[in-house]
Amino acid sequence: MIDQILRRLLISIPVLFGVLFLGFGLLVLVPGDPAIVMAGPTATPEIVAAIRTEMGLDDPVLVQFGTYLGRVLQGDLGRSLISNKTVISELGAAIGPTAELMFACLIWSVPLGIGLGTLAAVSRGSIIDRAIMAISVAGVSLPIFFICLMMIQYLGVQWRLLPFIGRGGPLWTLEGIRHIALPALSLGAIFIGPVARMTRSSVLEVLKLDHVRTARAKGLSETRVILRHGLRNALIPVVTLIGLQVGYLLGGAVVTESIFSFPGIGRLAVGAILSSDFPLAQGTILVLALGFILINMIVDILYSLLDPRVQT
Amino acid sequence: MNDAAPLLEVRHLQVDFHVGGTVQRAVQGVSFSVARGRTLGVVGESGCGKSVTSLSIMRLVPQPPGQYAGGQILFDGDDLLSLPERRMRDLRGGRIGMIFQEPMTSLNPVYTCGAQIVESLSVHSGLKGKAARERAIELLDLVGLPSPASRVDDYPHQLSGGQRQRVMIALALCNDPDLLIADEPTTALDVTIQAQILDLMGNLRERTGAAVMLVTHDLGVVAQTCDDVVVMYAGRVVEQAPTAALFADPQHPYTVGLMAAVPRIDAAAGRLATIPGSVPPPWIEAKGCRFASRCPLADTRCRAESPPLRDLSAGHHVACWKAPIEAAA
Repeated sequence: MIDQILRRLLISIPVLFGVLFLGFGLLVLVPGDPAIVMAGPTATPEIVAAIRTEMGLDDPVLVQFGTYLGRVLQGDLGRSLISNKTVISELGAAIGPTAELMFACLIWSVPLGIGLGTLAAVSRGSIIDRAIMAISVAGVSLPIFFICLMMIQYLGVQWRLLPFIGRGGPLWTLEGIRHIALPALSLGAIFIGPVARMTRSSVLEVLKLDHVRTARAKGLSETRVILRHGLRNALIPVVTLIGLQVGYLLGGAVVTESIFSFPGIGRLAVGAILSSDFPLAQGTILVLALGFILINMIVDILYSLLDPRVQT
Repeated sequence: MNDAAPLLEVRHLQVDFHVGGTVQRAVQGVSFSVARGRTLGVVGESGCGKSVTSLSIMRLVPQPPGQYAGGQILFDGDDLLSLPERRMRDLRGGRIGMIFQEPMTSLNPVYTCGAQIVESLSVHSGLKGKAARERAIELLDLVGLPSPASRVDDYPHQLSGGQRQRVMIALALCNDPDLLIADEPTTALDVTIQAQILDLMGNLRERTGAAVMLVTHDLGVVAQTCDDVVVMYAGRVVEQAPTAALFADPQHPYTVGLMAAVPRIDAAAGRLATIPGSVPPPWIEAKGCRFASRCPLADTRCRAESPPLRDLSAGHHVACWKAPIEAAA
C-alpha cells in the first residue's frame, strides 16, 4: 500500500512539472503585460520599463521559466499583483472553502447516484428505471450555470429557503451548511447523472456473472446478493468514473463559485485571470492540478481496497 | 432403482424459455429420482437441458426468460417449484448444495475464500466469528486444499483452477447438504485434477451419505462414479438405467451413438466416431422422436409419434420405438 502511494507520488512529479510549464506558458501567451498591471494606469513608460527589468520580463522565456521554477521549488509562488499578499496566503484562504464545497457536493451526490443507479438496475425496464435514467440524462445535459441560476431563482429568491451569496462560515456551523447548500446542490446535480448511469450498467453487468449465481445458490436473500455480491463488485468501475469526473467537478466549481460568490479556488482563479494577476493565476492552476492528482491518488487507493486483484 | 423413498424426485419437469416472442422448450417432461447415498449421472451433449434441469432443482433458472411450465420437483416430500421463496432460500446452500462448472468465475473475486464459506455458514448454521472461521479451515482441509489455515485468507485469484473447485466443493458441502448437485464439476479442469476431484466427491458421499446428482457430458466420469444414469437428448430423457446395465446394454440409438463416440485406448486409431447431424434447436416443434433426424433406425412412426419412456427391464427405461435393440456391434 505504502509502496503504491510512493509510486503514485513519483509519477506525479513529471505531471506537476508539465502543469507548471503549461500554466506558465499560457500566461506568457495571453495578451496583457503584468508590468502594466503592477505599475497601474497612470504610470509612465519609464516606470513600466523599470518594473519589467526588475521582474525579469525582458529575459528569454525559458530563463523566466527557470527562475519561476526555482522559486516554486522553494515554496515561493510570488505575490498577487492586485492585493500584494503572497500567493500562498491567498491560496491558503481559498483551499478550505473549495475542499468544503467538494466534500459537501460528493457527500450527497455519490451515495444518491449509486443508490439510484442500483435501484434502476434492479428494476430494469420498469417505470422507475426509466424515470431515473431520464433524470440522469437531464443532469448530464443541463449546463452547470443554468442549474445554478435555477437554484438561485427558485430556492434562493422566490421561496427564500437558502442564502445564495458567499460563505457563511466553516462547514460544521449551521450558517456554513446553509450557505454551502445551494452551490453543493448545483454542483452535485451534474454529478449524479454519470454516477447513476455507470452504477446501473455496472450492476447489470455484475449480476450476470457466475459468482452471483453462486451467491444465490448459497441461499442468500436477494437484497444481500445485490448489495454484497452485485453492488460491491460493481463499485470498482464506478470509483474510476468518480475519479475522472472529479476533474470535471473542479471545472464546475470555477463556475459555481463565481455564480454564488463562494470564496474558493475557482473564484480566485477567475478573478486572477480577468485582472491579469499572473502569479495568482499560476498559483490557482497549480493548486487545481495538485487537487486533481491528489484525488486520483485517493481513487487508486480506494480501487485497490475494492479489488484485491489490483494489489498483487 | 432403490427401495427407499427417493430423496429427490423430478416428475415431468417442463421448463420454457421465452425469447424474442417465441417459446423454447429447454426441458420437456423430464422425470428421474435420486436416493440418499446414491449418485445419479445426468449425461447428454451441450444444450440437451441437463444444466437447466439441475438449476431448476435449486430454482435458479432466471425468470424471465425462463418459466417452470409444468411438473414437480419433490425434495423430501416438498414440491420445490411451489415452495415459498423464503423456504427455498433455506434449502439452497443448506440441505441442497451445488457445485458449478466454472471454478474460475464462480467465486466472488473481491472476498477471500474463507469469507465466502463463512457467509454461507452464518446464513444456514448460525456459525459466526472464530467458530465459523475454524469450520471453514476444517472444510478446506477436508477437500484437500494444502495449508488451509493460510489459504482461508487467500482471494480466489491467488488459487489455481483445481484449488478453486475444491473451495467451491467446500462451499457446497459446508452445511452438510443431503443433496449435492454437481454441474460438470470437472469439465474446466485438467485430467489429473479431474480424477482427484471425482475421488474427493466420492469419498465425501460415502462419509456424509448425501445423494449426489452429477451432471456431465463425459461418459468416462459416469462409468467411474455413478450408480444410475439418465441420458438426456433435446430436453427429454431418452434412457435411464443403472450404470452397469446401461454400459452393458445401451438401448437407445442415441446412447449407442454416444458410447461409440468415446475413443478407446484398445482400438486402432482413426477418425473418431460421431453422430451425424446436430441437436434440433428447441424452437423447432417436432412431432415425432426428437432424435429421428439423426437416427440410423428411424422410420415413419418415429417421425410421426413421440415415443414414451417405458420399462424394458427392472430399472431400465428407454424412450424408443425400436427398443429392445441388439447391442451395437
